[in-house]
Amino acid sequence: MQRIRLRYTKRGRLRFTSHRDFQRAFERALRRAEVPMAYSAGFTPHPKVSYANAAPTGTGSEAEYLEIALSDRRDPEALRTVLDASMPEGLDLVDAVEARTTEFTERLQASTWQLALDGVAPAAAEQAVRGFLAADSVEVQRQTKKGLRTFDARAAVASLDLGQESEPPGLDGTADAPCAILRLVVRHVTPAVRPDDVLSGLRVAADLAPPVPATVTRLAQGPLDEESGTVTDPFAPDRDAPSGAEALGTPSVASAPGGAA
Amino acid sequence: MTVESVFPQLEALLPHVQKPIQYVGGELNSTVKPWDETEVRWALMYPDAYEVGLPNQGVMILYEVLNEREGVLAERTYSVWPDLEKLMREHSVPQFTVDAHRPVGAFDVLGVSFSTELGYTNLLTALELSGIPLESEDRTEDHPIVMAGGHAAFNPEPIADYLDVAVIGDGEQAVLEVSEIIRAWKREGRPGGRDELLLRLAKTGGVYVPRFYDVEYLPDGRISRTVPNRSGVPWRVSKHTVMDLDEWPYPKQPLVPLAETVHERMSVEIFRGCTRGCRFCQAGMITRPVRERSITGIGEMVDKGLKNTGFEEVGLLSLSSADHSEIGDVAKGLADRYEEDKVGLSLPSTRVDAFNIDLANELTRNGRRSGLTFAPEGGSERIRKVINKMVSEEDLTRTVATAYGNGWRQVKLYFMCGLPTETDEDVLQIGDMAVNVIAKGREVAGSNDIRCTVSIGGFVPKPHTPFQWAPQLSAEATDARLGKLRDKIRGDKKYGRSIGFRYHDGKPGIVEGLLSRGDRRVGAVIREVYERGGRFDGWREYFSYNLWMESAAKALPAYGVDVDWYTTRERTYEEVLPWDHLDSGLDKDWLWEDWQDALDETEVEDCRWTPCYDCGVCPQMDTEIQIGPTGKKLLPLSVVNK
Ligand code: SF4
Repeated sequence: MQRIRLRYTKRGRLRFTSHRDFQRAFERALRRAEVPMAYSAGFTPHPKVSYANAAPTGTGSEAEYLEIALSDRRDPEALRTVLDASMPEGLDLVDAVEARTTEFTERLQASTWQLALDGVAPAAAEQAVRGFLAADSVEVQRQTKKGLRTFDARAAVASLDLGQESEPPGLDGTADAPCAILRLVVRHVTPAVRPDDVLSGLRVAADLAPPVPATVTRLAQGPLDEESGTVTDPFAPDRDAPSGAEALGTPSVASAPGGAA
Repeated sequence: MTVESVFPQLEALLPHVQKPIQYVGGELNSTVKPWDETEVRWALMYPDAYEVGLPNQGVMILYEVLNEREGVLAERTYSVWPDLEKLMREHSVPQFTVDAHRPVGAFDVLGVSFSTELGYTNLLTALELSGIPLESEDRTEDHPIVMAGGHAAFNPEPIADYLDVAVIGDGEQAVLEVSEIIRAWKREGRPGGRDELLLRLAKTGGVYVPRFYDVEYLPDGRISRTVPNRSGVPWRVSKHTVMDLDEWPYPKQPLVPLAETVHERMSVEIFRGCTRGCRFCQAGMITRPVRERSITGIGEMVDKGLKNTGFEEVGLLSLSSADHSEIGDVAKGLADRYEEDKVGLSLPSTRVDAFNIDLANELTRNGRRSGLTFAPEGGSERIRKVINKMVSEEDLTRTVATAYGNGWRQVKLYFMCGLPTETDEDVLQIGDMAVNVIAKGREVAGSNDIRCTVSIGGFVPKPHTPFQWAPQLSAEATDARLGKLRDKIRGDKKYGRSIGFRYHDGKPGIVEGLLSRGDRRVGAVIREVYERGGRFDGWREYFSYNLWMESAAKALPAYGVDVDWYTTRERTYEEVLPWDHLDSGLDKDWLWEDWQDALDETEVEDCRWTPCYDCGVCPQMDTEIQIGPTGKKLLPLSVVNK
């Protein structure tokens, strides 16, 4: 059995895909692409797919991760290409590695988010960010399945700053075009602190209330380099590790994708 | 002139609504054609929520047929839920298609498929959100032609004022003919405007244009006649019939949505029409004659469809799928072919016989045997003669017992309440039947761990059936009768716990009855309901009986009629029915004879296996029964090499 890890996106209008919707679409794509999946045992066998930390519905993402188990070996990159062609545009498979290490989900320590605040002037956003970062803790509330919960949104934030791409209000006085873009790095903690919680935090700590809902996109997910405050590629250890197949003296590509199975 | 997508405006609203994915499109196998390179543009609508509308076969077929035609474009639109409707009104976002998010008002045709009458208020919502005037007469050349199709269009009179045209019968060829007429008219520079276009359509004899007909009434409220008010417009409009299903293997590329829908499977229609002659069944009457898809045609559609969709289940659809002349070979062939692939197969069937079980066994060869459904429809042998559902008490018990003996643990029995001539006794016998079935089942299965669910729907008399003259049972009487049955089943100490009982109250049936057999005057009720906020009438959480009754009490007195007049009143032979000028092919005298036979408890056979009994369809429509066996085999398929 071979395990392959894939990175996928939720782009454009398909960011409204819920995690369940994605799962259904992905399993159908596996069937169309005739991927030799390993199945779970039991009365109704399921293809073995595991997902990590799915971004909330309505949130875009460049860095979602899943892992599949195959009954037959495939070249990760070739498999990625076939699967990508089989998925709707916007749910794109963008990277693949063979799983050669354990504890992949533990490596997903933090996420980088981009928050586009339409109608918010960069200067106002910058001030709010300063206020938020200056606080030791920022209590926010969120409605969960178990009721209204109160928790701290500040501690989990590794960094928060104004992105380069922000657009100031038009010089010709058309003030309706400004858009502040924030870059946020959040540690994955329990209970999870989500980008909307940080936005609530900006309101609580610094009275920032964007006129329209923010467009939120996950840019990266992976190990947090505390020094630089950046999130690094979680596939790097798999790429660096020796291939299990090579170690056994067999070629790493045992069969061509789509070949006679 | 190009048309802008409204998606940017819509996108800002989506974070605030439930299940936004249903509004974004992007389904696998969907098509977006360039607007400017096409001449005739259709917005196809299913007037219910996306989750119900997306899997609708009719819309999916026409979408593909139209998009395949050069110069013709088709996109889809569905009803938006009230949460989004409210936001769209606040922010002036128009009704949009999910394919390219183009405003519906910009298309040439808005084609709406009505499977049931309960979508009428949703039609009005969509029209208003599109910026299309509700009444046909207020529309101009800039507005789309609003067209109705689907089974409910066989009596479009209640929505006649809101439609420009209605087409009855199979849509595949009809939509292409309509497209060509529109194309020619546009190329000629739209001579005579909208009126001329409607006239050209009406003159074909296959497109009903309500405004070209006047309805005249008698002093007692009945119709005296429906008469064309233009020269060249035919007295009666005919239904369309596709004769060779193998020539129309649609959908070839079934749509696969991202959102969850009510049918998470692919469907292949294995035949159209049904001549079993169940007297309550409008679908069976209006889709005659029977036309089968060949066994090889079915095999190819299943194969291609699965490859194109990745679905795990295939439904073999028709009104009574076990009746296909080669169904045994079809089932075995498909079960063999997909044995390894974890593909589930299902077929809806209304038959109550051992053959049904053989088929079900074949299709579940290596899977679960969870539930099996039978539809005896009537509780007593007498009422089954009235409705022409030929199955004896003994056969039924034996058949169901066989199912338990074959390892099925759960059997569902489907019945109707409120059938013509029905008494409490007929319905109470459903309870006896369920008890017999469980008793026999426990014996055969050697276990008490079996269940039987009795599911009951209220009967609504429908146009173009022998019961079109019948009185409908009132909501109160329906509820009382079902209450007695419930008490009887619950009160059975020995077997009651093994019997599940599911039924609906009689109220929605009365509204459906009003809309089914209504005439143009009922349009005022629909509008009143709509204006008072009525939406999604097929959904329990939205349907309001009181709203409908209050609106009817306001709109109908002006005409001297009321809800009872439309529902619980029995019609006579002489009465001109609102849909008489829509020709389903059925001879009205034959329908009347069949109604008399029903009252005499006399059955008729199926014309597939016995001589033609002259229902009128074949000669009137110049069609004939098309059934196998072809003797061909489903396998082998040539192995597909990529
Ligand atoms: S005309 Fe005759 S053969 Fe044709 S559907 Fe009617 S009864 Fe059957």
